[in-house]
Amino acid sequence: MVVASPRIRFRDAQIEMAHGAGGTASRRLIEGLFAPLLFDSSTEPLGDSAHISINGTRLAITADSFVVSPLRFPGGSIGELAVNGTVNDLAVSGARAEALVVTYVLEAGLPTEILEAEVRAMGRAAHAAGVTIAGGDTKVVEHGKADRMYITTAGVGRLIPGLQCSARSARPGDAILLSGPIGDHGITILLARGELDLEADLSSDTRPVIGLVEALAEAAGPGVRWMRDPTRGGVATALNEFARDCGLGVFLCEERVPVRDAVRGACELLGLDPLHIANEGQFLAVVAPEYADAALDALQRTPGGREARVIGEVRAQPACAVLVSTSYGGTRIVDMLVGDPLPRIC
Amino acid sequence: MRYVDEFREPELISQTSEEIRRLADPGRHYRFMEVCGGHTHAIYRFGLKDLLPPNIELVHGPGCPVCVLPMGRIDDGLSMVAGEGVIFSAFGDMMRVPGTHGSPLEHKARGADIRIVYSPADALKLARANPGRHVMFFAIGFETTAPSTALTLIRAKAEGIRNFSVFCNHVTIIPAIRAILDSPDMRIDAFIGPGHVSTVIGCRPYEWIARHEGKPIVVSGFEPLDVLQSVVMILRQMQRGEARVENQYRRVVPWDGNRAALKVMAEVFTLRSYFEWRGMGFISQSALALNDEYSDWDAEKHFSIPGIRVTDPKAAQCGEVLKGVLKPAQCKLFGNECTPERPVGALMVSSEGSCAAYYQYEHRKSQLVSIPA
Amino acid sequence: MCLAIPGMIVSLAGDPAHSALVEVVGVRRRVDISLVEPEGIGPGDWVLIHVGFAMSKIRQQDAEDQLRMLTALGETEAAMEEVRGYSTDDTDPPPREHPQPKGRSFP
Repeated sequence: MVVASPRIRFRDAQIEMAHGAGGTASRRLIEGLFAPLLFDSSTEPLGDSAHISINGTRLAITADSFVVSPLRFPGGSIGELAVNGTVNDLAVSGARAEALVVTYVLEAGLPTEILEAEVRAMGRAAHAAGVTIAGGDTKVVEHGKADRMYITTAGVGRLIPGLQCSARSARPGDAILLSGPIGDHGITILLARGELDLEADLSSDTRPVIGLVEALAEAAGPGVRWMRDPTRGGVATALNEFARDCGLGVFLCEERVPVRDAVRGACELLGLDPLHIANEGQFLAVVAPEYADAALDALQRTPGGREARVIGEVRAQPACAVLVSTSYGGTRIVDMLVGDPLPRIC
Repeated sequence: MRYVDEFREPELISQTSEEIRRLADPGRHYRFMEVCGGHTHAIYRFGLKDLLPPNIELVHGPGCPVCVLPMGRIDDGLSMVAGEGVIFSAFGDMMRVPGTHGSPLEHKARGADIRIVYSPADALKLARANPGRHVMFFAIGFETTAPSTALTLIRAKAEGIRNFSVFCNHVTIIPAIRAILDSPDMRIDAFIGPGHVSTVIGCRPYEWIARHEGKPIVVSGFEPLDVLQSVVMILRQMQRGEARVENQYRRVVPWDGNRAALKVMAEVFTLRSYFEWRGMGFISQSALALNDEYSDWDAEKHFSIPGIRVTDPKAAQCGEVLKGVLKPAQCKLFGNECTPERPVGALMVSSEGSCAAYYQYEHRKSQLVSIPA
Repeated sequence: MCLAIPGMIVSLAGDPAHSALVEVVGVRRRVDISLVEPEGIGPGDWVLIHVGFAMSKIRQQDAEDQLRMLTALGETEAAMEEVRGYSTDDTDPPPREHPQPKGRSFP
């Protein structure tokens, strides 16, 4: 059952931070400006990676840019994010990353030791993820024209056999799996900026998820309908996009969604919703009910997947929306993120 | 105790919900106003409406300090940052509120130095850390937040920090409640009283509501159990034909308020003779300004501000929604010209504004085909 | 204005004066305690925090009383059900039309 996206036109007069936050504004920019001008009049919903055919061989290809500040934070740095982010984009589209190319835009005045630290981190992350860095490019811009460094990566990978993911293959009754606790990365970055004067034992969850995806494919491949890594905009945004793309509804059980205490505490203090916070080491999978047990089992037995949970299910209604239930019978709709998550006091 | 988890206990919540059903007279339609925006938000977030019988209607009141701020004041605040070297600091809640020429975030995108702070103390910290720049703190909030602003100013004065000023938009809750009760279109049976404002002002200031207006008022906490228990307490009063002030939030709210907080407020602030509330017009003695002892830190004296009154577009019915006369969906702009992404009025921007809450939780639900029970 | 969270005082800090380190579900923040100091405050106490300031001490006794009362509510209800069960009166309240609160698992 397909719901065609309404024709969106991008009417904003200028680009705002919200357009990069991963929520509704980002969606409008991509669908309303980039897609009509650049992408084929393809009827496929926009995904993390593209699958292309070259002389009969199917490959997955993706690109991503990394503009995080601060560059280093508990649990990682921009170098790791760049590698893992691209490996994960490919993984959740059903592909194992083989090679990356990397570009650096560097700000004049950047101390060499900082650059070196990031390049080393990138090398280590690539090694850990089993991916080759095949080449790249570097540019330097004037002081003040880049926030120390911007990194772009493009990755290419082989399709994992047995996986055929498409939102449209989802059916009511499918289980929604989450690989682990959410909110770690976004809150770590927020705290690392130091503006909010909060401390917590938290670190970014950045890691490659390809191992978990491959375990899932092996145990439940034919039943895996759709996957996504909930980066900016969080689980709520990813699932809203899914619901829209398949024209079905998502029902989440709030108390089943794993959230670490410190993330919960920070979100309480700041008035944020963990469902909207970015993650860099988790993924969502929609799995046919007959494969759900095997899928969860496979994840939980794989290193790094112990905290995987079934957090909800696909339903016919409410179509194109995400409904979350509280532990005492109340429900609420959770939308895509609007703009950046801003701390509130009211 | 964890103080949050305990008051979200599912068993207790369903039991309290049952008690409400038992107490509510099925032949009667109840309208309880929750004054505080935090209650609006909690009610939606925890899906509490689903736990109340259909003949109990919760009406949202004007207790959202962002929502009641006239657009002209936002323009005034933003005009201060037009000067070189000025840092505009405010809570996250203010960042997306539209001024005539854009919200603070939009001004930031155009190059203004706009910073989010979590506390007025953080704004003062900015001033200490940037001696060559002037830091202006856009202060909003009811009596809950005013003492913190006051303490910060006392510190600024004691330390002789001159590159700091406060643009004071603190408002007080009692005149707002009075305005609601004076309004001819209102029919409210009882109030769910603001929990956190009451930690400062205590429960006595509400006595006239019970005594002279004959309405029960229960000062309530914000957890689901708190709100439900307050409804039980109101229903019990109504069953017995009583009208009293009760304190459901006893674990946090002292009956006499917080003397230290009231003292620092008295040291720093003075009552403005009148102040404009968006959608409600001018209300006398309803807002605070810095007194003469602190005029050196008063942004309104430090900067010359346009002070232009900006009226809302005719079609925007923020005022009626604020007073609970209209439901958000009844405003002509709701969901069309005015959405959380492109808000016309502040009730759509602030996360505790009725329109934003309604849009997010109710409107979206009502747009969808039936939700299974 | 309304977002205030309970936190536990971990330690009293000397600098800046009148501040304490408070913990909220694993997150720590320096909080100004001027407004609650007159009541007497120390490590282990719980306070309500709003915009970086402790506004009020949380009275554990009151919180416990409240929870006890709410639990008793459930017991009272059960007791009343029992009593109603013994009644031979024809004017029992009509059966509830509202759906029961959902259990924890989804079907």
